Amino acid sequence: MTQQFYVSPEQLMKDRADFARKGIARGRSVVVISCRDGIALVAENPSPSLHKIGEIYDKIAFAAVGKYNEFESLRQAGVRYADVRGYSYDREDVTARGLASVYAQSLGAVFTAEQKPFEVELAVAEVGSSPEEDHLYRLTFDGSIADEKGFIVMGGQADKVSEAVAAGWQGALDFAGAIRLALAGLVADKETTTLPPSAVEVAVLDRGSESSRGTRRAFRRLEDADVTALLAEEN
Amino acid sequence: MQETTANQVAANATSSFTEHLQRQRPDLLPFGQLPSGQQFPAGNAATPLQAPHGTTIVALTYAGGVLMAGDRRATMGNVIASRHIEKVFPADQYSVLGIAGTAGIALDITRLFQVELEHYEKIEGTLLSLDGKANRLGAMVRSNLPMAMQGLAVVPLFAGFDRPTGLGRLFSYDVTGGRYEEQEHHTVGSGSMFARGALKKLWRPNLPEPDAVSVAVEALYDAADDDSATGGPDPVRQLWPVVYVVNRTGAVRVPDRELAAMAGAIIESRAVAQREA
Repeated sequence: MTQQFYVSPEQLMKDRADFARKGIARGRSVVVISCRDGIALVAENPSPSLHKIGEIYDKIAFAAVGKYNEFESLRQAGVRYADVRGYSYDREDVTARGLASVYAQSLGAVFTAEQKPFEVELAVAEVGSSPEEDHLYRLTFDGSIADEKGFIVMGGQADKVSEAVAAGWQGALDFAGAIRLALAGLVADKETTTLPPSAVEVAVLDRGSESSRGTRRAFRRLEDADVTALLAEEN
Repeated sequence: MQETTANQVAANATSSFTEHLQRQRPDLLPFGQLPSGQQFPAGNAATPLQAPHGTTIVALTYAGGVLMAGDRRATMGNVIASRHIEKVFPADQYSVLGIAGTAGIALDITRLFQVELEHYEKIEGTLLSLDGKANRLGAMVRSNLPMAMQGLAVVPLFAGFDRPTGLGRLFSYDVTGGRYEEQEHHTVGSGSMFARGALKKLWRPNLPEPDAVSVAVEALYDAADDDSATGGPDPVRQLWPVVYVVNRTGAVRVPDRELAAMAGAIIESRAVAQREA
Protein backbone atom coordinates (compact mmCIF):
# COMPACT_ATOMS: atom_id res chain seq x y z
CA MET A 1 0.00 0.00 0.00
CA THR A 2 1.33 3.39 -0.94
CA GLN A 3 1.87 5.88 1.79
CA GLN A 4 0.07 9.25 1.45
CA PHE A 5 2.47 12.00 2.42
CA TYR A 6 1.04 14.90 4.32
CA VAL A 7 1.58 18.25 2.62
CA SER A 8 0.51 21.29 4.57
CA PRO A 9 -1.91 23.63 2.76
CA GLU A 10 0.63 26.46 3.11
CA GLN A 11 3.25 24.39 1.32
CA LEU A 12 0.80 23.31 -1.37
CA MET A 13 -0.25 26.88 -2.13
CA LYS A 14 3.31 28.10 -2.07
CA ASP A 15 4.40 25.42 -4.53
CA ARG A 16 1.56 26.27 -6.88
CA ALA A 17 2.27 29.99 -6.64
CA ASP A 18 5.98 29.45 -7.31
CA PHE A 19 5.12 27.29 -10.30
CA ALA A 20 2.81 29.95 -11.76
CA ARG A 21 5.27 32.78 -11.07
CA LYS A 22 8.04 30.93 -12.83
CA GLY A 23 5.85 30.44 -15.90
CA ILE A 24 4.88 34.11 -16.01
CA ALA A 25 8.43 35.32 -15.47
CA ARG A 26 9.53 33.61 -18.68
CA GLY A 27 7.13 35.77 -20.72
CA ARG A 28 7.68 39.18 -22.23
CA SER A 29 6.12 42.23 -20.65
CA VAL A 30 2.90 44.11 -21.30
CA VAL A 31 2.27 47.74 -20.39
CA VAL A 32 -1.17 49.35 -20.01
CA ILE A 33 -1.19 53.13 -19.58
CA SER A 34 -4.14 55.40 -18.90
CA CYS A 35 -3.65 58.85 -20.41
CA ARG A 36 -5.50 61.93 -21.68
CA ASP A 37 -6.57 60.40 -25.01
CA GLY A 38 -7.66 57.09 -23.49
CA ILE A 39 -5.85 53.90 -22.59
CA ALA A 40 -2.82 52.61 -24.50
CA LEU A 41 -1.97 48.91 -24.39
CA VAL A 42 1.51 47.90 -25.52
CA ALA A 43 2.86 44.36 -25.54
CA GLU A 44 6.19 43.03 -26.62
CA ASN A 45 5.03 40.46 -29.15
CA PRO A 46 6.72 39.66 -32.44
CA SER A 47 3.74 37.70 -33.77
CA PRO A 48 1.32 39.77 -35.85
CA SER A 49 -1.54 37.30 -35.38
CA LEU A 50 -1.23 35.67 -31.95
CA HIS A 51 -2.42 38.59 -29.88
CA LYS A 52 -1.80 39.35 -26.24
CA ILE A 53 -4.16 42.30 -26.35
CA GLY A 54 -7.81 41.99 -27.30
CA GLU A 55 -11.14 43.75 -27.45
CA ILE A 56 -13.74 42.57 -24.96
CA TYR A 57 -16.52 45.11 -25.32
CA ASP A 58 -17.33 48.70 -26.27
CA LYS A 59 -15.06 50.34 -23.70
CA ILE A 60 -13.22 47.31 -22.34
CA ALA A 61 -9.95 45.75 -23.43
CA PHE A 62 -7.91 42.82 -22.22
CA ALA A 63 -4.16 42.29 -22.01
CA ALA A 64 -2.32 39.24 -20.77
CA VAL A 65 1.06 37.64 -20.23
CA GLY A 66 1.87 33.99 -19.73
CA LYS A 67 0.74 30.86 -21.56
CA TYR A 68 -1.08 31.67 -24.79
CA ASN A 69 -3.63 28.84 -24.68
CA GLU A 70 -4.61 29.73 -21.12
CA PHE A 71 -5.09 33.46 -21.55
CA GLU A 72 -6.71 32.98 -24.97
CA SER A 73 -9.37 30.77 -23.42
CA LEU A 74 -9.89 33.40 -20.71
CA ARG A 75 -10.15 36.13 -23.35
CA GLN A 76 -12.78 34.19 -25.28
CA ALA A 77 -14.68 33.47 -22.08
CA GLY A 78 -14.58 37.20 -21.35
CA VAL A 79 -15.96 38.10 -24.78
CA ARG A 80 -18.76 35.57 -24.30
CA TYR A 81 -19.55 36.84 -20.81
CA ALA A 82 -19.64 40.45 -22.01
CA ASP A 83 -21.71 39.73 -25.11
CA VAL A 84 -24.27 37.64 -23.23
CA ARG A 85 -24.56 40.29 -20.55
CA GLY A 86 -24.86 43.13 -23.04
CA TYR A 87 -27.41 41.18 -25.07
CA SER A 88 -29.60 40.19 -22.15
CA TYR A 89 -29.44 43.53 -20.27
CA ASP A 90 -28.04 46.49 -22.16
CA ARG A 91 -24.71 47.50 -23.61
CA GLU A 92 -24.24 50.03 -20.80
CA ASP A 93 -24.49 47.30 -18.19
CA VAL A 94 -21.25 45.61 -19.19
CA THR A 95 -18.52 46.90 -16.89
CA ALA A 96 -14.87 46.10 -16.36
CA ARG A 97 -15.58 45.56 -12.67
CA GLY A 98 -18.08 42.79 -13.41
CA LEU A 99 -15.76 41.16 -15.89
CA ALA A 100 -12.74 41.41 -13.59
CA SER A 101 -14.63 39.80 -10.76
CA VAL A 102 -15.65 36.89 -12.99
CA TYR A 103 -12.01 36.50 -14.04
CA ALA A 104 -10.90 36.62 -10.40
CA GLN A 105 -13.36 33.88 -9.50
CA SER A 106 -12.31 31.64 -12.40
CA LEU A 107 -8.61 32.12 -11.72
CA GLY A 108 -9.17 31.46 -8.03
CA ALA A 109 -11.14 28.30 -8.73
CA VAL A 110 -8.49 27.00 -11.10
CA PHE A 111 -5.72 27.84 -8.62
CA THR A 112 -7.23 25.80 -5.80
CA ALA A 113 -9.12 23.04 -7.61
CA GLU A 114 -7.23 22.12 -10.77
CA GLN A 115 -4.08 20.07 -11.31
CA LYS A 116 -2.06 23.14 -12.02
CA PRO A 117 -2.78 26.87 -11.78
CA PHE A 118 -3.03 29.10 -14.85
CA GLU A 119 0.35 30.63 -15.62
CA VAL A 120 -1.12 33.97 -16.61
CA GLU A 121 -1.50 37.51 -15.41
CA LEU A 122 -4.30 39.65 -16.83
CA ALA A 123 -5.21 43.29 -17.10
CA VAL A 124 -8.76 44.46 -17.73
CA ALA A 125 -9.01 48.10 -18.79
CA GLU A 126 -12.11 50.24 -19.19
CA VAL A 127 -11.97 53.70 -20.68
CA GLY A 128 -14.26 56.34 -19.18
CA SER A 129 -15.28 59.80 -20.33
CA SER A 130 -12.42 61.34 -18.34
CA PRO A 131 -9.11 59.90 -17.06
CA GLU A 132 -10.57 59.82 -13.52
CA GLU A 133 -13.24 57.42 -14.73
CA ASP A 134 -10.79 54.95 -16.28
CA HIS A 135 -10.57 51.58 -14.57
CA LEU A 136 -7.53 49.34 -14.63
CA TYR A 137 -7.70 45.95 -12.92
CA ARG A 138 -4.82 43.58 -12.50
CA LEU A 139 -5.60 39.89 -12.00
CA THR A 140 -3.01 37.38 -10.92
CA PHE A 141 -2.87 33.58 -11.26
CA ASP A 142 -4.36 32.96 -7.79
CA GLY A 143 -7.42 35.10 -8.38
CA SER A 144 -6.16 38.20 -6.58
CA ILE A 145 -7.59 41.37 -8.01
CA ALA A 146 -6.10 44.85 -7.70
CA ASP A 147 -7.52 48.19 -8.81
CA GLU A 148 -4.57 50.14 -10.22
CA LYS A 149 -4.19 53.84 -10.89
CA GLY A 150 -2.45 55.21 -13.95
CA PHE A 151 -0.71 52.18 -15.37
CA ILE A 152 -0.13 48.43 -15.11
CA VAL A 153 3.03 46.54 -15.98
CA MET A 154 2.98 42.75 -16.11
CA GLY A 155 5.29 39.99 -17.20
CA GLY A 156 8.85 38.75 -16.87
CA GLN A 157 10.79 41.86 -15.89
CA ALA A 158 7.82 43.78 -14.52
CA ASP A 159 9.83 45.47 -11.73
CA LYS A 160 12.39 47.09 -14.00
CA VAL A 161 9.83 48.04 -16.63
CA SER A 162 7.50 49.36 -13.96
CA GLU A 163 10.19 51.63 -12.54
CA ALA A 164 10.86 53.13 -15.95
CA VAL A 165 7.17 53.69 -16.66
CA ALA A 166 6.49 55.14 -13.19
CA ALA A 167 9.29 57.67 -13.70
CA GLY A 168 7.73 59.06 -16.87
CA TRP A 169 4.02 58.67 -16.22
CA GLN A 170 1.71 61.66 -16.04
CA GLY A 171 -2.02 62.00 -16.64
CA ALA A 172 -1.62 64.60 -19.40
CA LEU A 173 0.14 62.24 -21.85
CA ASP A 174 -1.40 61.79 -25.29
CA PHE A 175 -1.32 58.43 -27.11
CA ALA A 176 2.04 59.17 -28.78
CA GLY A 177 3.56 60.03 -25.41
CA ALA A 178 2.04 57.01 -23.68
CA ILE A 179 3.22 54.61 -26.38
CA ARG A 180 6.68 56.17 -26.36
CA LEU A 181 6.80 55.77 -22.57
CA ALA A 182 5.67 52.15 -22.81
CA LEU A 183 8.32 51.37 -25.43
CA ALA A 184 10.97 53.05 -23.30
CA GLY A 185 9.81 50.93 -20.37
CA LEU A 186 9.89 47.70 -22.35
CA VAL A 187 13.56 48.14 -23.25
CA ALA A 188 14.51 48.85 -19.63
CA ASP A 189 15.63 45.25 -19.14
CA LYS A 190 17.48 44.94 -22.43
CA GLU A 191 20.72 46.06 -23.98
CA THR A 192 19.02 47.74 -26.93
CA THR A 193 17.54 51.19 -26.57
CA THR A 194 14.68 50.99 -29.06
CA LEU A 195 12.13 48.41 -30.13
CA PRO A 196 11.01 48.34 -33.77
CA PRO A 197 7.20 48.60 -34.27
CA SER A 198 7.22 45.05 -35.67
CA ALA A 199 8.34 43.69 -32.30
CA VAL A 200 5.41 45.17 -30.40
CA GLU A 201 1.67 44.89 -30.47
CA VAL A 202 -0.13 48.17 -29.85
CA ALA A 203 -3.81 48.89 -29.31
CA VAL A 204 -5.71 51.80 -27.81
CA LEU A 205 -9.06 52.44 -26.18
CA ASP A 206 -10.12 55.79 -27.65
CA ARG A 207 -11.75 58.10 -25.13
CA GLY A 208 -13.64 59.95 -27.85
CA SER A 209 -14.47 57.13 -30.27
CA GLU A 210 -18.07 58.35 -30.69
CA SER A 211 -17.01 61.81 -31.79
CA SER A 212 -13.81 60.98 -33.69
CA ARG A 213 -14.76 57.72 -35.40
CA GLY A 214 -18.52 57.56 -34.99
CA THR A 215 -18.49 54.21 -33.20
CA ARG A 216 -19.12 53.20 -29.61
CA ARG A 217 -16.40 50.58 -29.91
CA ALA A 218 -13.39 52.33 -28.43
CA PHE A 219 -10.88 49.55 -29.14
CA ARG A 220 -8.55 50.09 -32.06
CA ARG A 221 -5.54 48.01 -33.02
CA LEU A 222 -2.64 50.05 -34.40
CA GLU A 223 -0.72 48.58 -37.33
CA ASP A 224 3.06 48.96 -37.52
CA ALA A 225 2.68 51.89 -39.92
CA ASP A 226 0.21 53.64 -37.57
CA VAL A 227 2.65 53.25 -34.68
CA THR A 228 5.54 54.62 -36.75
CA ALA A 229 3.41 57.58 -37.86
CA LEU A 230 2.19 58.26 -34.33
CA LEU A 231 5.70 58.18 -32.87
CA ALA A 232 7.05 60.42 -35.63
CA GLU A 233 4.43 63.09 -34.90
CA GLU A 234 6.38 65.24 -32.47
CA ASN A 235 9.90 63.99 -33.02
CA MET B 1 -8.87 9.70 -23.45
CA GLN B 2 -6.56 12.22 -25.08
CA GLU B 3 -8.59 12.08 -28.25
CA THR B 4 -11.93 12.58 -26.60
CA THR B 5 -10.60 15.62 -24.75
CA ALA B 6 -9.32 17.07 -28.00
CA ASN B 7 -12.64 16.34 -29.68
CA GLN B 8 -14.50 17.97 -26.85
CA VAL B 9 -12.41 21.13 -27.02
CA ALA B 10 -12.85 21.29 -30.79
CA ALA B 11 -16.59 20.73 -30.50
CA ASN B 12 -16.92 23.47 -27.90
CA ALA B 13 -14.88 25.99 -29.84
CA THR B 14 -17.40 28.22 -31.51
CA SER B 15 -17.13 31.74 -32.86
CA SER B 16 -20.89 32.02 -33.12
CA PHE B 17 -22.78 33.89 -30.44
CA THR B 18 -26.03 32.20 -31.42
CA GLU B 19 -24.51 28.74 -30.98
CA HIS B 20 -23.17 29.81 -27.60
CA LEU B 21 -26.64 30.97 -26.55
CA GLN B 22 -28.23 27.78 -27.83
CA ARG B 23 -25.93 25.77 -25.58
CA GLN B 24 -25.76 27.96 -22.52
CA ARG B 25 -28.72 30.31 -22.46
CA PRO B 26 -31.42 29.13 -24.90
CA ASP B 27 -33.96 31.23 -22.98
CA LEU B 28 -32.36 34.38 -24.39
CA LEU B 29 -32.92 33.49 -28.04
CA PRO B 30 -35.72 35.41 -29.74
CA PHE B 31 -37.08 32.26 -31.37
CA GLY B 32 -37.83 28.65 -30.56
CA GLN B 33 -38.74 29.17 -26.94
CA LEU B 34 -41.92 27.12 -26.97
CA PRO B 35 -41.76 23.55 -25.69
CA SER B 36 -42.08 21.26 -28.70
CA GLY B 37 -45.60 20.72 -29.94
CA GLN B 38 -47.03 23.60 -27.98
CA GLN B 39 -48.90 26.28 -29.87
CA PHE B 40 -49.49 29.90 -29.12
CA PRO B 41 -53.04 30.00 -27.80
CA ALA B 42 -53.69 33.40 -29.35
CA GLY B 43 -53.22 32.77 -33.04
CA ASN B 44 -52.41 30.71 -36.05
CA ALA B 45 -51.58 31.58 -39.63
CA ALA B 46 -55.23 32.29 -40.44
CA THR B 47 -55.89 34.64 -37.51
CA PRO B 48 -52.52 36.04 -36.53
CA LEU B 49 -51.77 37.33 -33.07
CA GLN B 50 -52.20 41.09 -32.96
CA ALA B 51 -48.69 42.49 -32.77
CA PRO B 52 -47.02 45.47 -34.45
CA HIS B 53 -45.85 44.80 -37.99
CA GLY B 54 -43.02 46.55 -39.73
CA THR B 55 -43.68 47.48 -43.31
CA THR B 56 -41.75 48.58 -46.39
CA ILE B 57 -37.98 48.39 -46.93
CA VAL B 58 -36.23 49.23 -50.19
CA ALA B 59 -32.61 48.59 -51.13
CA LEU B 60 -30.68 49.40 -54.27
CA THR B 61 -27.16 49.38 -55.59
CA TYR B 62 -25.47 52.53 -56.84
CA ALA B 63 -22.04 53.51 -58.08
CA GLY B 64 -19.66 52.49 -55.29
CA GLY B 65 -22.00 50.68 -52.97
CA VAL B 66 -25.50 49.87 -51.86
CA LEU B 67 -28.14 51.67 -49.83
CA MET B 68 -31.18 50.70 -47.83
CA ALA B 69 -34.17 52.77 -46.77
CA GLY B 70 -37.20 52.07 -44.63
CA ASP B 71 -40.34 54.01 -43.77
CA ARG B 72 -41.19 54.84 -40.16
CA ARG B 73 -44.50 53.07 -39.67
CA ALA B 74 -45.52 49.94 -37.77
CA THR B 75 -49.13 48.78 -37.95
CA MET B 76 -51.31 46.50 -35.87
CA GLY B 77 -54.34 45.53 -37.90
CA ASN B 78 -55.89 48.81 -39.03
CA VAL B 79 -54.16 50.84 -36.31
CA ILE B 80 -50.85 52.65 -36.64
CA ALA B 81 -48.78 51.10 -33.86
CA SER B 82 -45.80 53.42 -34.27
CA ARG B 83 -44.89 56.43 -36.40
CA HIS B 84 -41.32 56.53 -35.17
CA ILE B 85 -40.11 52.96 -35.51
CA GLU B 86 -36.76 52.45 -37.21
CA LYS B 87 -36.47 49.31 -39.31
CA VAL B 88 -33.10 49.70 -40.99
CA PHE B 89 -30.01 49.05 -38.88
CA PRO B 90 -26.28 48.80 -39.38
CA ALA B 91 -25.35 45.12 -38.88
CA ASP B 92 -21.65 45.89 -38.66
CA GLN B 93 -19.19 48.28 -40.24
CA TYR B 94 -19.85 47.13 -43.82
CA SER B 95 -23.41 45.84 -43.85
CA VAL B 96 -26.96 46.88 -43.02
CA LEU B 97 -30.21 45.04 -42.62
CA GLY B 98 -33.83 46.05 -42.84
CA ILE B 99 -36.70 44.10 -41.39
CA ALA B 100 -40.32 43.57 -42.32
CA GLY B 101 -42.80 41.45 -40.40
CA THR B 102 -43.49 41.06 -36.70
CA ALA B 103 -41.63 43.99 -35.20
CA GLY B 104 -40.91 42.57 -31.75
CA ILE B 105 -39.22 39.42 -33.02
CA ALA B 106 -37.56 41.26 -35.89
CA LEU B 107 -35.94 43.81 -33.56
CA ASP B 108 -34.61 41.00 -31.37
CA ILE B 109 -33.28 39.09 -34.38
CA THR B 110 -31.57 42.30 -35.51
CA ARG B 111 -29.93 42.71 -32.12
CA LEU B 112 -28.86 39.08 -32.09
CA PHE B 113 -27.44 39.41 -35.59
CA GLN B 114 -25.47 42.53 -34.65
CA VAL B 115 -23.98 40.79 -31.62
CA GLU B 116 -23.31 37.67 -33.72
CA LEU B 117 -21.18 39.62 -36.20
CA GLU B 118 -19.33 41.60 -33.53
CA HIS B 119 -18.76 38.44 -31.49
CA TYR B 120 -17.22 36.64 -34.45
CA GLU B 121 -15.01 39.63 -35.14
CA LYS B 122 -13.76 39.77 -31.56
CA ILE B 123 -13.17 36.02 -31.20
CA GLU B 124 -11.57 35.50 -34.59
CA GLY B 125 -9.90 38.87 -35.05
CA THR B 126 -11.24 39.23 -38.61
CA LEU B 127 -14.52 40.25 -40.20
CA LEU B 128 -16.87 37.56 -41.47
CA SER B 129 -17.15 37.47 -45.28
CA LEU B 130 -20.29 39.05 -46.74
CA ASP B 131 -21.60 35.64 -47.85
CA GLY B 132 -20.88 34.31 -44.37
CA LYS B 133 -22.94 37.10 -42.84
CA ALA B 134 -25.79 36.50 -45.29
CA ASN B 135 -25.79 32.78 -44.45
CA ARG B 136 -25.90 33.42 -40.70
CA LEU B 137 -28.89 35.70 -41.15
CA GLY B 138 -30.59 33.00 -43.23
CA ALA B 139 -30.05 30.48 -40.42
CA MET B 140 -31.67 32.89 -37.95
CA VAL B 141 -34.70 33.41 -40.17
CA ARG B 142 -35.05 29.65 -40.49
CA SER B 143 -34.87 29.21 -36.72
CA ASN B 144 -37.89 31.48 -36.55
CA LEU B 145 -39.91 29.20 -38.86
CA PRO B 146 -42.09 27.72 -36.07
CA MET B 147 -43.16 31.24 -35.11
CA ALA B 148 -43.65 32.15 -38.78
CA MET B 149 -46.02 29.19 -39.14
CA GLN B 150 -48.15 30.83 -36.49
CA GLY B 151 -48.24 34.14 -38.27
CA LEU B 152 -45.24 35.80 -36.63
CA ALA B 153 -42.99 35.89 -39.65
CA VAL B 154 -39.87 38.02 -40.01
CA VAL B 155 -38.50 38.79 -43.47
CA PRO B 156 -35.24 40.70 -43.57
CA LEU B 157 -33.39 42.35 -46.39
CA PHE B 158 -29.61 42.37 -46.14
CA ALA B 159 -27.14 44.57 -47.97
CA GLY B 160 -23.42 44.98 -47.64
CA PHE B 161 -20.25 46.08 -49.27
CA ASP B 162 -18.16 43.14 -50.43
CA ARG B 163 -14.63 44.35 -49.87
CA PRO B 164 -12.75 41.77 -51.95
CA THR B 165 -14.80 42.54 -55.09
CA GLY B 166 -15.45 46.20 -54.27
CA LEU B 167 -19.19 45.86 -54.95
CA GLY B 168 -22.37 46.47 -53.05
CA ARG B 169 -24.54 43.33 -52.84
CA LEU B 170 -28.13 42.61 -51.84
CA PHE B 171 -29.73 39.53 -50.31
CA SER B 172 -33.39 38.75 -49.79
CA TYR B 173 -34.86 35.93 -47.69
CA ASP B 174 -38.03 33.91 -47.46
CA VAL B 175 -39.58 32.72 -44.18
CA THR B 176 -37.87 29.33 -44.49
CA GLY B 177 -34.47 31.00 -44.41
CA GLY B 178 -33.89 30.72 -48.14
CA ARG B 179 -31.30 33.24 -49.20
CA TYR B 180 -31.40 34.85 -52.64
CA GLU B 181 -28.92 37.30 -54.02
CA GLU B 182 -30.71 40.16 -55.79
CA GLN B 183 -29.45 42.31 -58.62
CA GLU B 184 -29.90 46.08 -58.88
CA HIS B 185 -32.67 46.58 -56.33
CA HIS B 186 -35.16 44.81 -54.12
CA THR B 187 -38.01 45.56 -51.72
CA VAL B 188 -39.78 43.74 -48.89
CA GLY B 189 -42.86 44.41 -46.78
CA SER B 190 -46.46 45.32 -47.39
CA GLY B 191 -45.76 48.22 -49.74
CA SER B 192 -43.03 46.38 -51.58
CA MET B 193 -44.82 45.89 -54.86
CA PHE B 194 -45.55 49.60 -55.23
CA ALA B 195 -42.00 50.52 -54.22
CA ARG B 196 -40.67 47.96 -56.66
CA GLY B 197 -42.74 49.41 -59.49
CA ALA B 198 -41.32 52.82 -58.73
CA LEU B 199 -37.76 51.49 -58.55
CA LYS B 200 -38.12 49.83 -61.94
CA LYS B 201 -38.76 53.22 -63.47
CA LEU B 202 -36.42 55.32 -61.34
CA TRP B 203 -33.33 53.12 -60.94
CA ARG B 204 -30.46 53.43 -63.45
CA PRO B 205 -27.09 51.70 -63.48
CA ASN B 206 -24.30 53.64 -61.72
CA LEU B 207 -26.51 56.16 -59.97
CA PRO B 208 -24.48 58.74 -58.05
CA GLU B 209 -25.01 58.48 -54.29
CA PRO B 210 -27.29 61.57 -53.77
CA ASP B 211 -29.50 60.50 -56.70
CA ALA B 212 -29.68 56.98 -55.32
CA VAL B 213 -30.87 58.29 -51.93
CA SER B 214 -33.47 60.39 -53.69
CA VAL B 215 -34.67 57.39 -55.72
CA ALA B 216 -35.08 55.34 -52.52
CA VAL B 217 -37.06 58.12 -50.83
CA GLU B 218 -39.29 58.48 -53.90
CA ALA B 219 -39.91 54.73 -54.06
CA LEU B 220 -41.02 54.82 -50.42
CA TYR B 221 -43.21 57.81 -51.22
CA ASP B 222 -44.92 55.79 -53.96
CA ALA B 223 -45.34 52.83 -51.62
CA ALA B 224 -46.94 55.08 -48.99
CA ASP B 225 -49.21 56.53 -51.66
CA ASP B 226 -50.89 53.18 -52.33
CA ASP B 227 -50.22 51.08 -49.23
CA SER B 228 -51.98 52.19 -46.05
CA ALA B 229 -49.42 50.38 -43.86
CA THR B 230 -46.46 52.35 -45.24
CA GLY B 231 -45.77 55.81 -43.82
CA GLY B 232 -44.79 58.64 -46.12
CA PRO B 233 -42.53 61.56 -45.23
CA ASP B 234 -44.15 63.47 -42.35
CA PRO B 235 -43.34 67.22 -42.46
CA VAL B 236 -45.64 67.89 -39.48
CA ARG B 237 -43.66 65.68 -37.09
CA GLN B 238 -40.45 66.07 -39.09
CA LEU B 239 -40.19 62.32 -39.67
CA TRP B 240 -38.23 61.08 -42.64
CA PRO B 241 -37.31 57.58 -43.78
CA VAL B 242 -34.23 55.92 -42.28
CA VAL B 243 -31.58 55.62 -44.98
CA TYR B 244 -28.15 53.98 -44.71
CA VAL B 245 -25.56 54.05 -47.45
CA VAL B 246 -22.82 51.40 -47.46
CA ASN B 247 -19.67 51.88 -49.47
CA ARG B 248 -15.93 51.31 -49.19
CA THR B 249 -15.70 53.54 -46.13
CA GLY B 250 -18.47 51.71 -44.28
CA ALA B 251 -22.14 52.11 -43.40
CA VAL B 252 -23.31 55.66 -42.74
CA ARG B 253 -26.76 56.98 -41.91
CA VAL B 254 -27.96 59.78 -44.18
CA PRO B 255 -28.66 62.87 -42.00
CA ASP B 256 -32.29 63.93 -41.53
CA ARG B 257 -31.81 67.40 -42.99
CA GLU B 258 -30.70 65.93 -46.34
CA LEU B 259 -33.68 63.59 -46.32
CA ALA B 260 -36.00 66.48 -45.43
CA ALA B 261 -34.72 68.41 -48.44
CA MET B 262 -35.12 65.43 -50.76
CA ALA B 263 -38.60 64.56 -49.51
CA GLY B 264 -39.55 68.24 -49.85
CA ALA B 265 -38.32 68.31 -53.44
CA ILE B 266 -40.29 65.17 -54.32
CA ILE B 267 -43.52 66.48 -52.78
CA GLU B 268 -43.04 69.80 -54.54
CA SER B 269 -42.37 68.29 -57.96
CA ARG B 270 -45.52 66.17 -57.67
CA ALA B 271 -47.57 69.13 -56.51
CA VAL B 272 -46.33 71.22 -59.44
CA ALA B 273 -47.18 68.47 -61.93
CA GLN B 274 -50.80 68.54 -60.68
CA ARG B 275 -51.39 64.94 -61.68
CA GLU B 276 -52.87 61.93 -60.02
CA ALA B 277 -49.71 60.08 -58.85
